[in-house]
Amino acid sequence: MSALQRKGWIRWSVFLLLLLPLILLIQRLLNGDLGADPAKFIVKELGYWSLCWLWLTLSVTPARIYLGWRWLTSYRRMFGLFAFFYAVLHLLAFATFLLGWRWDSLITELTKRPYIIVGSLALLCMLPLAITSTKGMQRKLGKDWKRLHSLIYPISILVMLHYTLQIRSDFSQQLIFAVLLVVLLGCRIYRKRRP
Amino acid sequence: MKRYRRIGSPSIQPSEITPEPIYRNRRRFMQAALSMTALPVLGFSSQAGATDYDIAGDLPIYEGPSWLQPKLASAVHNPGYSTEEKLAPYYDAITHNNFYEFGTDKRDPVRHAQGLITDPWQVEISGAVAKPGQYHLEDILAPHALEDRIYRLRCVEAWSMVIPWLGFPLADLIKRFEPTSKAKYVHFTTLEDKEQMPGQSNLFGTITWPYVEGLRIDEAMNPLALLVVGMYGNALPPQNGAPLRLVVPWKYGFKSIKSIVRIHFSETMPQTSWNHIAPDEYGFYANVNPAVDHPRWSQATERRLPSSLFSPNIIDTLPFNGYAEEVADLYKGMDLKQWF
Repeated sequence: MSALQRKGWIRWSVFLLLLLPLILLIQRLLNGDLGADPAKFIVKELGYWSLCWLWLTLSVTPARIYLGWRWLTSYRRMFGLFAFFYAVLHLLAFATFLLGWRWDSLITELTKRPYIIVGSLALLCMLPLAITSTKGMQRKLGKDWKRLHSLIYPISILVMLHYTLQIRSDFSQQLIFAVLLVVLLGCRIYRKRRP
Repeated sequence: MKRYRRIGSPSIQPSEITPEPIYRNRRRFMQAALSMTALPVLGFSSQAGATDYDIAGDLPIYEGPSWLQPKLASAVHNPGYSTEEKLAPYYDAITHNNFYEFGTDKRDPVRHAQGLITDPWQVEISGAVAKPGQYHLEDILAPHALEDRIYRLRCVEAWSMVIPWLGFPLADLIKRFEPTSKAKYVHFTTLEDKEQMPGQSNLFGTITWPYVEGLRIDEAMNPLALLVVGMYGNALPPQNGAPLRLVVPWKYGFKSIKSIVRIHFSETMPQTSWNHIAPDEYGFYANVNPAVDHPRWSQATERRLPSSLFSPNIIDTLPFNGYAEEVADLYKGMDLKQWF
């Protein structure tokens, strides 16, 4: 196996790994194993994995700098696009299975509920990043590409807020992701401040 | 109609505190139950005495302690408190639960509650009553005949189920203990036991234990308010609030407190658990009201469970969960937007 073939093989494995939560979700759906309220379950699950892949995207740079994992950088686009992909499915599942595409409810939810406003805003901001994720766009935009893609920082804060605003009583999950986010963003600020 | 396979009573005698192999077996059993797939539609027939509900072959049935079994068996269906709506399948009713003492996920209670010791069980009656004291559940139930009633249960999270309960009117119990003129409110308290209830050890939850709920005395005396010891013709599973729970069908589900160990009468309104942690989201009254949204979601509609993906079964929520005729008078002259 040549080096190139090996790399291609690894790439496909990573791709499948990121797809795995969706595959398992579909498998459970087909088995009728999502409980009495499958709609809610699917929406929550898709949102959760979008969040995970977004945090994974954010960890690429710190992993390169502090752990020397340069190779991870070539997967950043894939991570980011998967975060976007799960977020789109999350929204579609919400609109389809929970609201049944009833426009009146959709408009009320989108205008009245802070957590939904914040979440939609995050997804909206992810759209230009997904569109400009190609190598061609990266070349075309040059310096502006980096500026545009630093949108990921406010996006991650919006996503964290979207998650936090849904706490009922148990906030253990939110705490874990908030701590991770503080570390991921904090190490960037720390690096910038150093002379 | 056939009678169904029964597993041993999950109410454990203290003398035999679950030996490990049995515990493991039970876990395997519940896991098997959880991975069950297709379930037949439930139907029921009203006969003399106990009502039989169709329960799919492999599902665990809770028989309850031996002293309770004859009572459950002689319960009579009360057509005055019933509905023709389709029942939630038994499987969904025992696996989709909010019982934060056992975890916050809907499937946590069925996973973690099977070891709960529900017999013997004591209930303390206290406060403004002529006959306060610590009573055995058996003695509490002794004079009451059980009824089989079918109620809608509307969760504050905008889902609902139709469930057949076995119980007796809360009013009958209250009268027995003779509340004094100072008894304006009834407080209910759930068991607090970190050993048995892992959710109570969660450091990252905002609920303070034990869980407390309450009713105004006239609400408690309403004939709809039911003290429940069984469902689907059998004893209550622990995840559904065994051995004794409240069901107040015109209020959001969190008012229907589970595994009650204390009933207290007082002149002052109790500080109820959800109201305590989020007073702007969960009122003391918590009457089902499509006109008053939860700040984070609409209460105008509900998902009647079980729902499937492409028929989410979204229906309009009714004022007082469809029980307005029975209870609206309790709130005459009150602004229900203020007293949500």
